[in-house]
Amino acid sequence: MLRLLPLLFLAAMPAMAHDSATHVNDSGATAWMLTSTTLVLLMVPGLAMFYGGLVRTKNVLGTMMHSFAALAVVGVIWAIVGYALCFGPNTLGGLVGWSKGLVWLDSIDHTIMSSNVPEYVYAMFQGKFAIITPAVIAGAVAERITFKGWMAFIAVWIIVVYAPICHWMWASDGYFFNMGARGVIDFAGGTVVEICSGVSGLTLALYIGARHGYPKAVMSPNNLVMSLTGAGLLWVGWFGFNAGSSIASNLDTARALCVTQVAAAAGALTWVLIESVRDERPTSLGMSSGILAGLVAITPAAGVVQVKGAICLGVLATFACYAMIQVKNKLGYDDSLDVFGVHGTAGIIGTIGLVFFIRQTWWAEAGQKIAGWGIAQQLKVQIAAVGATIAFSAIVTLLVAIIIEKTIGLRVSDTVEKTGLDHDIHGERGYGLANLN
Amino acid sequence: MKLIIAIIKEEKLDEVREALIAAEIERITVNRVSGHGRQQEIVVQRGKTIIPNLIPKVQITIACNDEFEDIIVDTITQTARENGGTVGDGKIFVQDLKDCIRIRTGERGGQAI
Repeated sequence: MLRLLPLLFLAAMPAMAHDSATHVNDSGATAWMLTSTTLVLLMVPGLAMFYGGLVRTKNVLGTMMHSFAALAVVGVIWAIVGYALCFGPNTLGGLVGWSKGLVWLDSIDHTIMSSNVPEYVYAMFQGKFAIITPAVIAGAVAERITFKGWMAFIAVWIIVVYAPICHWMWASDGYFFNMGARGVIDFAGGTVVEICSGVSGLTLALYIGARHGYPKAVMSPNNLVMSLTGAGLLWVGWFGFNAGSSIASNLDTARALCVTQVAAAAGALTWVLIESVRDERPTSLGMSSGILAGLVAITPAAGVVQVKGAICLGVLATFACYAMIQVKNKLGYDDSLDVFGVHGTAGIIGTIGLVFFIRQTWWAEAGQKIAGWGIAQQLKVQIAAVGATIAFSAIVTLLVAIIIEKTIGLRVSDTVEKTGLDHDIHGERGYGLANLN
Repeated sequence: MKLIIAIIKEEKLDEVREALIAAEIERITVNRVSGHGRQQEIVVQRGKTIIPNLIPKVQITIACNDEFEDIIVDTITQTARENGGTVGDGKIFVQDLKDCIRIRTGERGGQAI
């Protein structure tokens, strides 16, 4: 997302994220970035509602708490070390960033960035991405993970998985940010947020195993009304997620907003059509899933594709996600709310597929940097970034999961799983009707 | 004919259903109910201890011919017990059933069950 700032300037000042003085606040850009930050925050309760409605009645609160736990845990860690690890200058050979000054966000107290936005806003905007990413993972292990284990997992995960990948892709001196002519294209988090959470979710789900009775027992969503509302909020919030990733309030912002809208609609329409033809009935869950597939696919691409590309990506991603869920059903692993099935799959389709739909002016600028830079070359960069994200997320998430399982414990006991997370872990119930008190 | 009404812990529903199906008892009705017996369930909300007077339970209703009564009662008793029996495991009520009518055909009595 930083790539939209003048690249020459970036090259001259690797630590640009915290140069102070000289830049003047642009109230228009700042106002939009404040709005975007709020919109991305709205995605977290949106996700909580989407997931909360999809689980069984006994786990609705526990599942929503997984998303809110990310707000609490990552909200604190991000401000202390998260931002420093993601956006500090290269450390450990570029594995992560680090800057002592950015701890507690100390050194940005007076900073206006080169994008004419106070760095506090940028840090909080990025912080919301760091919050929603682990919150997405929760869907893969819904209904069977302990609250303690989950809190510990995301605390460690954000540092050892999210921070390195975020640094590679988005920091001005990140490895993939500078790969090839104009770096990897990941506008708002196709790799950092979507593939990373999808693959980590799948890894965690495979490690802790399926829910009791899965896949034989029927596990019906307790409240699809809430899920559909949540999906709607995610769509709204995604405008902040994508259009905010321009770190500006200008033509790039407008382009990102437009393709986001179109891709989401294309995804929703495609899923509903697939269901109407293949399954005879269009479902609200299908509508939600299609919205998400479209939004995820356009996430990396929102800065470089035009409307035609956005529709193609939305449609392609939806077909891929629908197919992936059929594969899951066949193989019988329990990615409970299809985190890999939607986020991982559409993330991969979007990040790689975008190469075929990039606008001409982007190619022209790339060609000026390295003569003859074309689809084949950029495709290699995208595939390398996707491959690195998949491999790193899978391996490190597995290590974190093993360590947490052996120390604090990740999987709930059989009794808790049968009683439900709400009652056993939190001592509450989601719906008053079930309890006349 | 008998009408068997069992009130059990919510979390035991799946197990009891699986056991009943294994015993070929496949026609049941399930309700969510609340009530009080001897069980006390302490809830803490914002640091304040609350003892709810109504505790959620699940009620299973089964109509059967006389010869199935024992199988049903035994199956439920064995599977609905927690840790070999704790307060709050629930109760089973067995009543004589005067009649049973299958709406679709109008059949009455034992064959309609």
